Amino acid sequence: MSALDQMYQQVILDHAKNPHGRGLVDAPAGDAVGESHQVNPTCGDEVTLRVAVADGTIDGVSWEGQGCSISQASTSVMTELVTGRTLAEVAELDGVFHRLMESRGKGLDNEEDEDLLGDATAFTGTSQFPARIKCALLGWAALKDSLARSGALAS
Amino acid sequence: MSTDTVRLGAPPAGIDWNAVRSDFPLLGRTVRGGRPLVYLDSAATSQKPNVVLEAEVDFYEQRNAAVHRGAHQLAEEATEAFENARSAVARFVGADDDEIVWTSGATAAINLVAYALSNATLGRGAPASSRFALRPGDEIVVTEAEHHANLVPWQELCARTGAVLRWFPLSDDGRLDLSADVVTERTRIVAFGHASNVTGAVAPVAALVERAKAVGAYTVLDACQSVPHLPVDLHALGVDFAAFSGHKMLGPTGVGALYGRRELLADMPPVTTGGSMVEVVTMATTTYAPPPQRFEAGTQMVAQAVGMGVAAQWLGELGMDAVAAHERALAAELLKIAEIPGVRVVGPLDAVDRLAVVSFVVEGVHAHDVGQVLDDRGIAVRVGHHCAQPLHRRFGVAATARASASVYTTLDDVVTFREALAGVRAFFGEE
Repeated sequence: MSALDQMYQQVILDHAKNPHGRGLVDAPAGDAVGESHQVNPTCGDEVTLRVAVADGTIDGVSWEGQGCSISQASTSVMTELVTGRTLAEVAELDGVFHRLMESRGKGLDNEEDEDLLGDATAFTGTSQFPARIKCALLGWAALKDSLARSGALAS
Repeated sequence: MSTDTVRLGAPPAGIDWNAVRSDFPLLGRTVRGGRPLVYLDSAATSQKPNVVLEAEVDFYEQRNAAVHRGAHQLAEEATEAFENARSAVARFVGADDDEIVWTSGATAAINLVAYALSNATLGRGAPASSRFALRPGDEIVVTEAEHHANLVPWQELCARTGAVLRWFPLSDDGRLDLSADVVTERTRIVAFGHASNVTGAVAPVAALVERAKAVGAYTVLDACQSVPHLPVDLHALGVDFAAFSGHKMLGPTGVGALYGRRELLADMPPVTTGGSMVEVVTMATTTYAPPPQRFEAGTQMVAQAVGMGVAAQWLGELGMDAVAAHERALAAELLKIAEIPGVRVVGPLDAVDRLAVVSFVVEGVHAHDVGQVLDDRGIAVRVGHHCAQPLHRRFGVAATARASASVYTTLDDVVTFREALAGVRAFFGEE
């Protein structure tokens, strides 16, 4: 498979075409809510993400954004991955995904971590292209910031 | 898409453009697993001919010394090379030697003007500089097409002085809409790009200069995109200031120039202060050198200036009329991408008064993804907002892809690009 095909795997193209969580929705009453707007200043890609947290667990993620297929697909995959997870699990996922994106195309050398990321391992191909890593991390940055703003991390 | 093209063949000027291309060593390399490089990002930065690379090496191997000081032979030779470069650049753009100030680039040149006006507003350099002092309610005019480098410094100058920023809007084809009554009796500065780095449209300089002059406003021309691609005669254009960079005109990075009419530079207060720009320094006060040295504080980028001088000379010998004709033909060929289904060009569709800089969007495919597929074929284009967010907002897009040519671009480059672009939508399942 060419580097280009490794980057644009079908699962990524599918998520880009039919993204999960797109369209901001109101959080359930009583949830801790945080929202974050992130921009990739080099290309103008942006995402506004809202997270709802209940009892230390991600109750819902929704977002609006525009950008390349990598940023849109990555935010979509992340939305699926983190919904229903505890804050500790999300922090772990965030760390593992960042490690994947720093792997310069080599991926994670550990099956357990790959299982943890599921579809998100498809971004291994993206990590070969330094200019595109930020695209894949845009949604994750918005999630991290909105969690911080929700106040849920402190409790 | 039709692949019929008019072969450029042997152009009227008799220049062998393939030989010109072979003067640029970088263009001989391959990328992405052995593909020949198709470099279509010259509006961002140009590649360098051997003569420029050799000039820098020669300077460091044979002449390197501090300029404008020291009585030894190397200092003499370095100073001569530095000042000869200034003359070469001045000659190339139709200016006098002492009207060219070395800067680190065009961004620094525009900021130099903006901060000099700021300092004049604070009373520095008075009474000579008082002609530049701004008052609250004065107006600075730009255009919606500007690169951020010719917009943000003016926003900041307004914020510092209480002046008000106004701008000419763009029409749907990417040309400036001069019907708006933007230049008024309050206008003090009219700053505009000679040619857009996004749409490639060449601005009607004469009309803008005339309007500015009618109200006594100073004109500042961002000539980054024009100087490498068109014959530019700053005296004939009648602008007050102009900025351009070395790296876009086949020269090194880290060097550019500010042009200022002699009498204006003479009245301008300095911006960056320190060594080399002074006459008499006491513990309490300092008097300043005449221009251009007044604006060249500290150790200068001598080797880069020498390289930029050689680039100007090389382009001048090639002949800017021939360069412009070559690139006009390339622009016409680039514009044929508008015939590819799903491709929309942002900017004028005719090759008149425009450069071989063509920005476009592909329906259903983000510019980043377009660029990635082209890159896989060895084709280097720019993607993003090209430091012109307001222009992109005007056209309702966050990002475009941009193909831009230079002297070394060939018809084969453009054909390879068009063929690859024609396959982009299929790659993403958009057809």
